[in-house]
Amino acid sequence: MLHRVPVLLVLSAWAAQAQIPKDPASLAAGKKLYEYYCAFCHGKGDDGFAANLMSPQLPHAPTDNALINIIRSGIPGTDMPASAGMTDREVRQLAGFVRALGRSAPQSVAGDTAKGAAAFRSRCAGCHMVNGSGGRMGPDLSDVGAKRSPANLRTSILDANASIVPGWAVAHVTLNDGLAVSGVKINEDQFSVMIREADGKIHHIDKDSAREIGVDPKSSMPSYKGAIPDGELNDLVAYLFSLRGGM
Amino acid sequence: MSASFLRIFRVALALVPAAFAQDADWTTFSGNTLGPRFSPLKQIDRSNVGRMKPLWSYQIDKTDKFEASPIVRDGIMYISEPPSDVTALETRSGKVLWKYRRVLPDNVPVCCGKVNRGVAIEGDKVYLGTLDAHLLALDASTGHVVWDATAAPYQKGYSSTVAPVVVKDIVIIGSAGGEFGVRGYLAAYNKDTGKEVWRTWTVPAKGEKGTDSWKGDSYRSGSATTWVPASYDPTLNMLYVGTGNPGPDWAGGSREGDNLYSDSLLALDAATGKLKWYFQFTPHDVHDWDATQVPVLADLPWRGQNRKLVLFANRNAFYYVLDRESGQYLLGKEYVRQTWSKGLDDKGRPLVAPGTDPTPSGNMVYPNSPGATNYQAPSFSPVTRLHYVMTRDEGGVFYSGDDAYREGNWFLAGRFISKPGEDAKAAIKAMEPSTGAAKWEYPLVFPSWAGILSTAGGIVFSATGDGDAIALDDSTGKLLWKFPTGGRPYANPVSYMSEGKQQIAICIGHAVYAFGM
Repeated sequence: MLHRVPVLLVLSAWAAQAQIPKDPASLAAGKKLYEYYCAFCHGKGDDGFAANLMSPQLPHAPTDNALINIIRSGIPGTDMPASAGMTDREVRQLAGFVRALGRSAPQSVAGDTAKGAAAFRSRCAGCHMVNGSGGRMGPDLSDVGAKRSPANLRTSILDANASIVPGWAVAHVTLNDGLAVSGVKINEDQFSVMIREADGKIHHIDKDSAREIGVDPKSSMPSYKGAIPDGELNDLVAYLFSLRGGM
Repeated sequence: MSASFLRIFRVALALVPAAFAQDADWTTFSGNTLGPRFSPLKQIDRSNVGRMKPLWSYQIDKTDKFEASPIVRDGIMYISEPPSDVTALETRSGKVLWKYRRVLPDNVPVCCGKVNRGVAIEGDKVYLGTLDAHLLALDASTGHVVWDATAAPYQKGYSSTVAPVVVKDIVIIGSAGGEFGVRGYLAAYNKDTGKEVWRTWTVPAKGEKGTDSWKGDSYRSGSATTWVPASYDPTLNMLYVGTGNPGPDWAGGSREGDNLYSDSLLALDAATGKLKWYFQFTPHDVHDWDATQVPVLADLPWRGQNRKLVLFANRNAFYYVLDRESGQYLLGKEYVRQTWSKGLDDKGRPLVAPGTDPTPSGNMVYPNSPGATNYQAPSFSPVTRLHYVMTRDEGGVFYSGDDAYREGNWFLAGRFISKPGEDAKAAIKAMEPSTGAAKWEYPLVFPSWAGILSTAGGIVFSATGDGDAIALDDSTGKLLWKFPTGGRPYANPVSYMSEGKQQIAICIGHAVYAFGM
């Protein structure tokens, strides 16, 4: 009797995980449900006023079971409501679509990931972090391969302004005494602005003490069009696409 | 301990002059029924507000948005907490006297969080609207339920988030549910028994006047809900309430016509609920611009004669002045950027710009769906004669979608997003009713959902979108004081006396903050 419990649990967990359908018809049905129930708050996934769902890792839904439970029951204490009027099948279809939102499908990519890693270390690691190593002036790329397609990665390398990640604007502040500070604007409120310099040093500046506060409208990342050989670009894309976080 | 303190305090209150005692409390949603959110108190003024400090804080044990506007009487503050609870606190200490906790059914329909905007008080009862669309009377001394009236079936999408309004012997409650295709109403109940006295539907029934403003039978899911309290003029015995969007929100093809009485100001006889007049701000709205702002009733000189006016800063980005006896349109002026109309005609009807309706691929329009202002309360100071309004300047991309109606379910037919790549601008604006222009404005880095309080001490009190409680000079907009709370504000400030000292209170984040000297 005792040994049956874990077996049942495992089977139950397996069955639940298998409940999220991934076939095109189910994803299409899930898309319709998403537009009806979810798009009001979540937008297309990353442009709504609720949580960004275009992420390979959803903080409240690390597993498919958790995602189904959230769709069914909502998240207590937040604006995320319980589903009303959806059948179990519809809940699973919706979960399948939401799960697909944040993941680029694995595919083979031309290029050498080991050489790409070396290219990353020489060209990118000064600003970008991967698995805890690297700079802090740009987004952490530890799971960028799960979020973006190879084509999108290639475009972003060649034209950094093609897709700017929110929250990484670079601010330039001139204080009343003439001292200048530049870095990532990590916070701004009514009365102050916080800036993180490339070396990680954080400045909390009262606006009253600043003569000028400007924010770069463009990405601080250089565009590599014409500045990186095709082969090295392929290697770099292959490496970045291989970074899929903990998934 | 609490009971003995209250006895002592009530005796103390009985010794102060009547006028002072009257000013000492904040017994209605807006300070008085005219909707001004103005305090005649002036212990805290321009000269000393810089020394104001937090006196106490009370934290709720929920993480839903905290939208309550406190009620204060005889040293006790009554606040509603999300989802449909009430707590009574001492204003001297912030200590809890009693709590009422409502057990709600599963799956209550809410568009925008499990919120409540406040209670009403009269005599020995506190009144609360609930998310399952009931109206409750609680014993003001204990929090026990005295009566419980079902205002509408929540299963069909109804809920109540609005603070009730007490007028003479009746308690008036409105409904939310505008995103679920309900039929809006305002209903009055006997304050002692909970028996329904009258009910005014905000969408006409078949055969009634106004039904022809809806295509086919689309009026059946017409919404036009009433989720912000009515203002009341005791001299005219009239109620003034704003109504919400028509259903569905963003695709108007199935409901061609003006869609009465959505996005309107309704003037009702308080004794019967009978409609006296209406003014529709946004006929056939397809951008979710509910006219659910607090109407401010003010008697002011107007073009050479004193008139009874209603001032209304609308979500659709126009500022309106109407005669509140007749409903006559007197002034309408753009006060925040808008692109959806070419202005207003001489009756105040918008001249809608072509090509501004939502489309399947999206259409960019100013203002965004949250609007130029929203439910956060404005303030009107009879001293400065300025109307202080929290404003938001942001474009939105509006999408139309499937408009099938299913009872009790979302009925949106589209969605919106903020204009990509643009940060919303925001400001507190001091509007001059005579011109519809701002005398001054205080820019905000982030839009704020806080309401505004003005006082006889010459200050305007509110909160920034990122959680700083602030006090401004009411005549110039100059910053006089600030206190960072670290929470997001969704509520309206109030002011009252506690043991002879003025306090200003507001809910920010998940706490009530009481400030004083």
